[in-house]
Amino acid sequence: MASADITERPIDDHLARVPEIGCAPPGSDIEVQLARTWESEPGWRGWLSTVDHKAIGLRYIVTAFIFLIIGGLEALLIRIQLARPDQTLLTPEQYNQLFTMHGVTMIFLYALPILSGFSNYLWPLLLGSRDMAFPRLNAFSYWIFLFAGIFMYVSFPLGQAPNGGWFNYVPFSGPTFNTGPNIDVFALGMVLLGISTSVGSANFVVTLFRMRAPGMTINRVPILVWGTLTASVANLLVIPSVSLAFFLLWLDRQMGTHFFDVANGGKPLLWQHLFWIFGHPWVYAIVLPAMGIVSDALPTFCRRPLVGYTAMALATMAVMLIGFEVWIHHMFATGLPTVALSIFGAASMVISVPSSIAVFAWIATIWLGRPVFKTPFLFFAGFVMLFVIGGLSGVMTAAVPLDWQLNETYFIVAHLHYVLLGINVFPVVGGIYYWFPKFTGRMMDETLGKLSFWVMFIGFNVGFFPMHWAGLLGMPRRVYTYSSRMGWDGVNMITSIGSFVFAIGVLIFLVNVVVSLKRGALAGPNPWDAATLEWATSSPPPAYNFAVIPTVASRHPLWEDRLDEGRGRSNFKEGLLLAEGREAISTSPIDAKPLAILKMPDDTSTPFFLGLFISLLFVGLLLHWWLFTAATAIAGSLALIVWLWPRKALAQRAMPQGDNNG
Amino acid sequence: MVEPVQLQSERLPVGSAGKLSGGWWGVQTLIVTEACLFGYLLFCYFYLAAQTEQTWPPDGLPSLLVPGANTLILLASSACVWAGERGVHQSRTGRGIAGLTAAIVLGTAFVAIQLMEWRNKPYGMTTDLYGSLYFTITGFHMAHVIIGLAVLLLLLVWAMLGYFDSRRYVAMTIGGAYWHFVDVVWLFVFSTLYLFPYL
Amino acid sequence: MHDEPYASAFAIKTNLEAGYTYTDGTFDLAFTLAPRSVAAATSSSNSVETAVRACQSMNPPPPESLDECGEARPWPGSTLTGGRGFGAAVAGLTAVPGACMAETLDAPLNYFLHSYGPAARPTMYLGWVLVGVCAAVCFIIAVLLIMAVRRKRPAADPRAIGREGEGLEWLYIGTGISTLVLIGLVVYSLMVLNAVAKPPEAPTVTLTVTGYDWWWKVEYEHSDPAQRFITANEVHIPVGQPVLIKLKSADVIHAFWVPTLAGKTQMIPGLMNQKWIQADAPGTYTGQCAQYCGAGHAHMGFEVIAEDIQEFEKWRDTQRRPASLLPSVSNEDPGYKLFMDRCAGCHAIRGTKARGTHGPDLTHLKSRRRLAAGLLTNTPDHLMDWIIHAQQFKPGSRMPSISLSEAESSALATFLSKLD
Repeated sequence: MASADITERPIDDHLARVPEIGCAPPGSDIEVQLARTWESEPGWRGWLSTVDHKAIGLRYIVTAFIFLIIGGLEALLIRIQLARPDQTLLTPEQYNQLFTMHGVTMIFLYALPILSGFSNYLWPLLLGSRDMAFPRLNAFSYWIFLFAGIFMYVSFPLGQAPNGGWFNYVPFSGPTFNTGPNIDVFALGMVLLGISTSVGSANFVVTLFRMRAPGMTINRVPILVWGTLTASVANLLVIPSVSLAFFLLWLDRQMGTHFFDVANGGKPLLWQHLFWIFGHPWVYAIVLPAMGIVSDALPTFCRRPLVGYTAMALATMAVMLIGFEVWIHHMFATGLPTVALSIFGAASMVISVPSSIAVFAWIATIWLGRPVFKTPFLFFAGFVMLFVIGGLSGVMTAAVPLDWQLNETYFIVAHLHYVLLGINVFPVVGGIYYWFPKFTGRMMDETLGKLSFWVMFIGFNVGFFPMHWAGLLGMPRRVYTYSSRMGWDGVNMITSIGSFVFAIGVLIFLVNVVVSLKRGALAGPNPWDAATLEWATSSPPPAYNFAVIPTVASRHPLWEDRLDEGRGRSNFKEGLLLAEGREAISTSPIDAKPLAILKMPDDTSTPFFLGLFISLLFVGLLLHWWLFTAATAIAGSLALIVWLWPRKALAQRAMPQGDNNG
Repeated sequence: MVEPVQLQSERLPVGSAGKLSGGWWGVQTLIVTEACLFGYLLFCYFYLAAQTEQTWPPDGLPSLLVPGANTLILLASSACVWAGERGVHQSRTGRGIAGLTAAIVLGTAFVAIQLMEWRNKPYGMTTDLYGSLYFTITGFHMAHVIIGLAVLLLLLVWAMLGYFDSRRYVAMTIGGAYWHFVDVVWLFVFSTLYLFPYL
Repeated sequence: MHDEPYASAFAIKTNLEAGYTYTDGTFDLAFTLAPRSVAAATSSSNSVETAVRACQSMNPPPPESLDECGEARPWPGSTLTGGRGFGAAVAGLTAVPGACMAETLDAPLNYFLHSYGPAARPTMYLGWVLVGVCAAVCFIIAVLLIMAVRRKRPAADPRAIGREGEGLEWLYIGTGISTLVLIGLVVYSLMVLNAVAKPPEAPTVTLTVTGYDWWWKVEYEHSDPAQRFITANEVHIPVGQPVLIKLKSADVIHAFWVPTLAGKTQMIPGLMNQKWIQADAPGTYTGQCAQYCGAGHAHMGFEVIAEDIQEFEKWRDTQRRPASLLPSVSNEDPGYKLFMDRCAGCHAIRGTKARGTHGPDLTHLKSRRRLAAGLLTNTPDHLMDWIIHAQQFKPGSRMPSISLSEAESSALATFLSKLD
């Protein structure tokens, strides 16, 4: 309707124009002008106010990796405690806080944010765009994530960290049995983090449907985009569930409501429903984009396109669609009726059908390809094996009666680590090896790279495979110690040794990053001879990404000459210039036809301040500083008004005749 | 040798052009996720109501007169926003301002009446489970109404500053969509809290 | 090691227990060490246990056939005391790979290799089938993956790129076979679910287990209220009969789990869940709380003791009786008074004025095998250790560490020894 309106009306140059098409080789006037308009101010001001998706993406990756290291150190303490029976290194309370923070850190502060980092950095490059749909929202989302992470750790040094496990069941986490600030920090921190995740997800969804280069039709977008899109849609639908659950818990704890209060008719199972309605799709949200990383990067090292692109894209969405329906499989042992258990158990098994599509697509890609044994390939091939093991142990837990045994034992711990480390950490580390040249312009060291893979792979399997056995021997999760008579000594010692080997592998990787940042070989735009658009621009990419918006003709723009797709060639030399200020092209959702010239916002520190005020508001809630809370709410509203104020520069205001200062 | 594709250049709108604008897409994602939030809130209500051993609602059936009238007031405010948006769309800024003003007045009336309704309840948020649900659900909605009113106020200011005309009015569309959403959600909240107990 | 008062109790129970308590013999032995060195003591038991288990080779006998090994039980004696510290250290360090097999096969919660009733056995077989299928799939995928990586390829232009659109048959065949296998597994697991969801016949015994932080209250129901009774941390059931267990919680969510008899079920406050168990052989089956419930979660164990119906009924009749203290304990007994002053607020002893309900009912304390929800074997020394150092054994527990003078301690011990 709106587009029809526009064509019907008389048009002036501020509100419509024919976009210039041309070339912009490096050093040309237009290229210099683009660099000037898109580059952030140097210094701390620019650092605080940048809305460049690449800067934000790297911040996400670095921050999430720091959280990974923190969570890893917590895990090592846990493993020291459990290495031998009846250890007293940690008190039960310390242990409980450590395992809770380990889970919270890894699942909420590492696993999704790191993938958001990749997607933030890569999406506009993969899609041939100048930035995300909402660059300021992108910066805001990062700041909130950072502040929420810090928020959840504030009580850690006081020995009052969250201690209810990452799924934080009531009534244990309720006001009666958990009186300290531990759970309040967790509850408010989760609501805060939910804001970050939600706006980030909205940004991805809108970016996909609006910000693709001309010709980047929906059936040409990389699988990583499908993965992140699916994850983002899921997040939009389920984050409210967990935010609400934590908010109601906070009301119960601090305001005296009765949602989970058994004595007054509240129901502990309501918590489990709300949590797992979110929790299960979340598990897929933190693996699907990582699977996308493999689906996009593995073909580069197999020298052939991915086998079964369409099947893979559909499988990605199918996993999530079924994933919405299976939250009950976390609640098999809660006494639900057998009929319900049968249905949810069967549905949970069905999820492995789309997963098996993915597995066979990867194997076929390797089989039919000509593998190049670089470090990323090792990580991706290793990932396939870990994916299969994690998936199969998932099938075992989907069998209801067996789950009554496996549930809440170390078997589940083994399963979820195969899934989260195997399907998230391995692709992420492989992805860093793969895109490091794009991020930094330098290659990572191959010898250290291969060493890090083998140490990590062996350490991981030595550490986590025996956990299956510990689970089958009946070792429950979350016990701070165990007696020797239970027969779990051996497996635990092996696991602890493996966990340290794995940590050494991660350390080698970090050393490699540091060394390569300084001394890595220069990469050039496309060191791997890869097919996708991000390799069409320099390494690292310029602030404006593409001087000329690429016009895309196939799924593998950089391999077209050798794939002989015959349908025309993508054009990187000549295309839309869009150089009148920060501009980007908006295309149609399905077939990527140009629809509008978008005015992109300049750098601004409003997102930082809005994020800061909202985070301080949560501090106020935590400490019951009501005046402070009100003040931060007002400050936040003002920041938001500044942010939203219509601006001429972005052509957001009516333009009276004669006012041409746009 | 296959030639690279050439893009055909045509005249394109620039900037926040109606429903081509990012904001319009953005508000839709916001509405989707907020709708889910209310969905889960009402799920809590039904889940707890279905399992309760108390009489439900504990203080007997709610009176429909005031909340019913209040519902009509809120719907009327939606109509005003709609009319105002059409006015702006047709370059009749005066009608836009009038529509927004009326909507703000009606919205404020809704808030006032709802506050009275809260005050007249013999129970509070912490009295019992029903009270917790009632005040949390209506409280969530109230927060949305107040944010919506702030949005309408902002639109009013912008309209008075002359920021809108027939081609730059998307803020009205976006803010209006949010307000309509807040009103539609009230219908669900109203049905759940006031009509459902009669079934 | 056992003081006089307990000797008779053990004599009575020896027939019953000889078969399955051989490990406890070693455990008792371990716990004669100083009260605070729980950690050291347990690992010292390791050395002896390992040795005992090693003798039994790789094949752990099921509970009913344990009688033969009962002889091998190293009943408490002082001869072994000498080298224990050193043994513990060695065992702790070397237990890892070698001892692992022998030990793990003996793990009392090992549901994967052991099941002793119809509520658990079909699940165990399901586990075997699933592990078999999964191992096979893993193996096949690993072989495919290795072949895919390593297979010989004809020389080609290094810049060449493979064609898109090839290889879809991999997806059709691979996914097709996976789907068929999955359907089979779904059907099989639903059949197992059906088999274990309900007992084959109506349960003859009904009891309610209530989870507390961090112990278990066990109530035996009866149509005649006078016949009901309460005990703690120990569930006795008749062999060969399904037993219905109602599950409740007094505080947070716990889960009732006797892996070798049945899967776990959560105990949720405000809700009553049910489960059934049945033991086909007499024996002691270890149970454990399987839902994280706070600081004492690791130490929330219990035992299910399956006995012949006569033994069971004898036990039940004993338990129903109030404590028979009167001939030997007067109201002026210092131990009795101490108990009434310091313990009766939380603990009940039927037949006395002690009616506390916050802690376990102690009417027949001495008849129980373990103390503190499975943490310690029930010996007089352990009992007094537990009373005096409860917070060290189980930090955060509702049971305080009670400071007692030497005289008080011995008076209380004497009194408690009469609760048989």
